[in-house]
Amino acid sequence: MDLQFWIWTAVGISFSIYIGIAIWSRASSTSEFYVAGTGVSPIANGMATAADWMSAASFISMAGLISFMGYDGSVYLMGWTGGYVLLALLLAPYLRKFGKFTVPDFIGDRYYSNIARAVAVFCALIVSFTYIAGQMRGVGVVFSRYLEVDINTGVYIGMAIVLFYAVLGGMKGITYTQVAQYCVLIFAYMLPAIFISFIMTGNLIPQIGFGLQGQDGVYLLDKLDGLHRELGFTEYTSGEKSTLDLLFMMSALMVGTAGLPHVIVRFFTVKKVSDARKSAGWALLFIAVLYTTAPAVAVFSRTNFIQTVNNKVHSNLPEWYEKWESTGLIKFDDKNKDGIVNYVSDSQLNELTVDADIMTLANPEIAQLPNWVIGIMAAGALAAALSTAAGLLLVISSSVSHDLIKRIINPSVSEKNELIAARISAFGAVLMAGYFGINPPGFVAATVALAFGLAAASFFPAIVLGIFYKRMNKEGVISGMIVGILLMLFYMTKFKFGWFGGGSESDWWFGISPEGFGTVAMMINFLISFIVSKFTKAPPANISKLVEEIRIPSQD
Amino acid sequence: MISKDKYWKINLKYLLILLSIWFLVSFGFGILFVDNLNQIKVKGFKLGFWFAQQGAIYVFVILIFVYVFLMNRLDKKFKQKN
Repeated sequence: MDLQFWIWTAVGISFSIYIGIAIWSRASSTSEFYVAGTGVSPIANGMATAADWMSAASFISMAGLISFMGYDGSVYLMGWTGGYVLLALLLAPYLRKFGKFTVPDFIGDRYYSNIARAVAVFCALIVSFTYIAGQMRGVGVVFSRYLEVDINTGVYIGMAIVLFYAVLGGMKGITYTQVAQYCVLIFAYMLPAIFISFIMTGNLIPQIGFGLQGQDGVYLLDKLDGLHRELGFTEYTSGEKSTLDLLFMMSALMVGTAGLPHVIVRFFTVKKVSDARKSAGWALLFIAVLYTTAPAVAVFSRTNFIQTVNNKVHSNLPEWYEKWESTGLIKFDDKNKDGIVNYVSDSQLNELTVDADIMTLANPEIAQLPNWVIGIMAAGALAAALSTAAGLLLVISSSVSHDLIKRIINPSVSEKNELIAARISAFGAVLMAGYFGINPPGFVAATVALAFGLAAASFFPAIVLGIFYKRMNKEGVISGMIVGILLMLFYMTKFKFGWFGGGSESDWWFGISPEGFGTVAMMINFLISFIVSKFTKAPPANISKLVEEIRIPSQD
Repeated sequence: MISKDKYWKINLKYLLILLSIWFLVSFGFGILFVDNLNQIKVKGFKLGFWFAQQGAIYVFVILIFVYVFLMNRLDKKFKQKN
């Protein structure tokens, strides 16, 4: 069967499933729309969280990112998983006990202030919009790469699908669609990984395989280190970033993960507090399946890639190479005109430019897997992009309809009208996300790091202090959040976009990269919150009671 | 038979222990002591590198489930009294 047939079949079947689920699980109340009526089982919520969390970038770019960064890529692996420990231990159970719909709900109520609520809404909107622009673009890119349609057409199809199940089903529809999407995406990711591991090491489990010997009896990692030395790259298993920067980057990613509103809100959907803890465990387990496979795929494909192309005659390279060269993801510039590919670290002599995404996308072809596997890969990549986009859309729509309209502007709005407002804002958010997907701002990649930094610098301290420090008051938290966000925005725009005089790597404060700066901004947020709260009035008695209440499990 | 205060204190003790392990395997084994651990090799893996790309993640998953177990036990004790 031909490739296009399999891709359309796999994508068509998976999309019909999503639409079917959306019709079956449409929301009829605000509680169902915002938090799926708090009736989701911990395992289902774990899967939904995993799909929500793993975006097109995790699916397509993660393995490539690690294969180019080697050991330094570890900060992403540990950062994006370690955050779930913070979520499970410090945030999720207490927020579930608090039992409302959104993160601004908690911040507004705990700090008895609509200013705090508005600041939280502002942060939630910024974080979610920067994230969703990248996702819609991802949908378009996947469509164009696999189905040979225009990127913009891909964005339109993606918008229509997300619109359908997010607007109709709200959180309930999204949750059960995400469960299906997790199954599709993890199957699509594991299948080629297992095949390649078996081909290269004789072991079916990639996590074990990449620590074993290849067919020539040399350990894969030793061979890769050797190849890297030969070509002038840093050894694969040792990094080149400074230890301090690694520490700060990892902690910003961990804390940012725990502070992302679309992740936190997932824990409002389970029945009780103990289920919130449990579902964080399941979520991390489901995420870990992909995140421990990615570094193995990185090693397999990096080794494979170097051995296949370096020092080989260009016209004799295998078919998959030609195919990906025609997409522009690999570029060959024969500088010394000898017809042989030189892939080395030295930019004067290097003749090959490689897009990191290829490390995942070309896998099925490198392993010579049948066409239906590529069809499933396409469906998996789309599942990853759509599920994340839907989760973010819900945060945006609930921020507008619930936090802004219901809690600040017009508290007397009826449930029916609030539900209509929620659907209209979801609709508006899809259009806006689509707009950014079609006209991507040039800084999408840079702003994803900004989203983590912002979440780390704003939400995390506000929520943790709200639970663990009774004396924290509204003055402290509002000043902490505002200073934290502004500082983060300043540092990112200065070093990423060249505002405020710009600057290069040598100008970084204490040698900390913008990606790691979220940690600094978070520390300053904590510090300012403490100092300001010391000099201002303690929170009222009913707030102390609220905090005591959320610390203990309910009596049911 | 435990009070609200006791419940919270025990919870904080669990958090302290589990988060110390969380810190040790990621920030410690994965970054700070990575060169020392890399002296040890298990099959093809240098141990520090393995912790950074595999081991720390496995420990994270285990930590959450241990916390689930400990808290479920504590919740039961707490509810018995009430």
